[in-house]
Amino acid sequence: MQIYADNAATTRMSRTAIDAMLPYMEEIYGNPSSLYSIGQRAKEALEQARSDIAAVIGADPREITFTSGGSEADNQALLSAATLGKKQGKLHIVSSAFEHHAVLHALKRLESEGFEVTLLPVHENGIVDVREMEAALREDTCLVTIMTANNEIGTLQPVREIGAVCRAHGVPFHTDAVQAVGHLPIDVKADNIDLLSASAHKFHGPKGVGFLFARRGVRLTNLIEGGAQERGKRAGTENVSGIMAMAAALKEAAAGMAENAARMTALRDRLIAGLSEIPHSALNGDAVRRLPGNVNFCFEGIEGESLLLLLDDKGISASSGSACTSGSLDPSHVLLAIGRVHDVAHGSLRLSLGEDATEEEVDYIIRSVREIVEYLRGFSPVWRDLQSGKTPFIL
Amino acid sequence: MALYSEKVMDHFRNPRNVGVIEDANGVGEVGNAKCGDIMKMYLKIEDEIIKDVKFETFGCGSAIASSSMATELIKGQPVSEAMKLTNKAVAEALDGLPDYKMHCSVLAEEAIRSALDDYNRRKGEG
Repeated sequence: MQIYADNAATTRMSRTAIDAMLPYMEEIYGNPSSLYSIGQRAKEALEQARSDIAAVIGADPREITFTSGGSEADNQALLSAATLGKKQGKLHIVSSAFEHHAVLHALKRLESEGFEVTLLPVHENGIVDVREMEAALREDTCLVTIMTANNEIGTLQPVREIGAVCRAHGVPFHTDAVQAVGHLPIDVKADNIDLLSASAHKFHGPKGVGFLFARRGVRLTNLIEGGAQERGKRAGTENVSGIMAMAAALKEAAAGMAENAARMTALRDRLIAGLSEIPHSALNGDAVRRLPGNVNFCFEGIEGESLLLLLDDKGISASSGSACTSGSLDPSHVLLAIGRVHDVAHGSLRLSLGEDATEEEVDYIIRSVREIVEYLRGFSPVWRDLQSGKTPFIL
Repeated sequence: MALYSEKVMDHFRNPRNVGVIEDANGVGEVGNAKCGDIMKMYLKIEDEIIKDVKFETFGCGSAIASSSMATELIKGQPVSEAMKLTNKAVAEALDGLPDYKMHCSVLAEEAIRSALDDYNRRKGEG
């Protein structure tokens, strides 16, 4: 059985998305900035895509800027808010401890340029406390940036409440919605979102394309200087075929969203129930307030990479927050942020189901994980010490 | 290109000499769970020859493969030869390890050394 259970990393492109991109590679390949007809037809298509995307999140087409993906959108959002802040003498930013590195590393750079960053705790359940967020606001806060859904543990942040508080205090609010767009309903107006990042390949579109929503009045700062594309805010000939595919994928995702979310939530909960039966294991993050397809566990006494390799042998593609999969000595900053100690965080497993997942697949994953965890524990000196009582169990 | 060589995958999937030697006369444990790797080596030495060796490892694929290969390299060898085992020899026997995984072979060398030190210590006391 071949099961792709790493949809939080990337997704397979949908047939609709692939079909949507081909004409813009083979026939309507003109440069949207050119005046002849195949250029202008590409331009029209591009603007249609912009409208379609805007409609899904309740935005105005003029508020959508196409980017190379989520990381670029995050970087541009943060730089733009920081630039506006600096002009007003506001150099304080509020964020959370478990943001994506695209946000955390951009914040690090801003810190080196004189900004002060408050990283809110995300607690054991992996959710920011709105009261703590409000308490962190200062007179000189120029931005609040909190993700919509965490990329590792899938926990959903109270975006609407955060947006309302930010609006009341007059502070711009950015959300990295890369994991949520196309999977959960988003309404930038109702949620009081000023800036939002999204990436096509997380919702069955192509890699290398995404978008930044910026509410009208929020002036963007360029990351890339050059031509006048994207109202002068993002230079470079537009990735027309990619953008067409992104729009098609998002429309398709939005149309099936409620149905998919309900079915995937049921499968997710079945997977969580099955894996919970493995002794000394624990679900990471809130059991309910999480993405429909996200399951993230820690298994005591084993290391994540070996688990992934053996799962791969069984045809299951998954990921882990262990140090060995990140190429660093520390395990996932997300797991550490929710209070998992190093010893346990190394034994983590993230399974992110796709819309086409079945009960049969979920049951196969449960059996496989159970078997492999048992096997690896069988020759783990850590497990031996836990079992003999030499060291106490954590989970 | 795959993450690991076929040799590494073979030793990871079918680790040699896995387990515990109850009457081992040399035991060594290195690494710590905080860093994500622990190796424990058990030696049964008779007449200065390593008659049997077993290991237990908590760690990634290359840590398990390195432990397995290290036990293969010293099994049946005189203690004096086993003392000369280097991490390089372990990595080479595995047809190489990715740069950032070389520490796994270092850990294997240290685990063997630690078990041999324990043997020598016990011998001195005996």
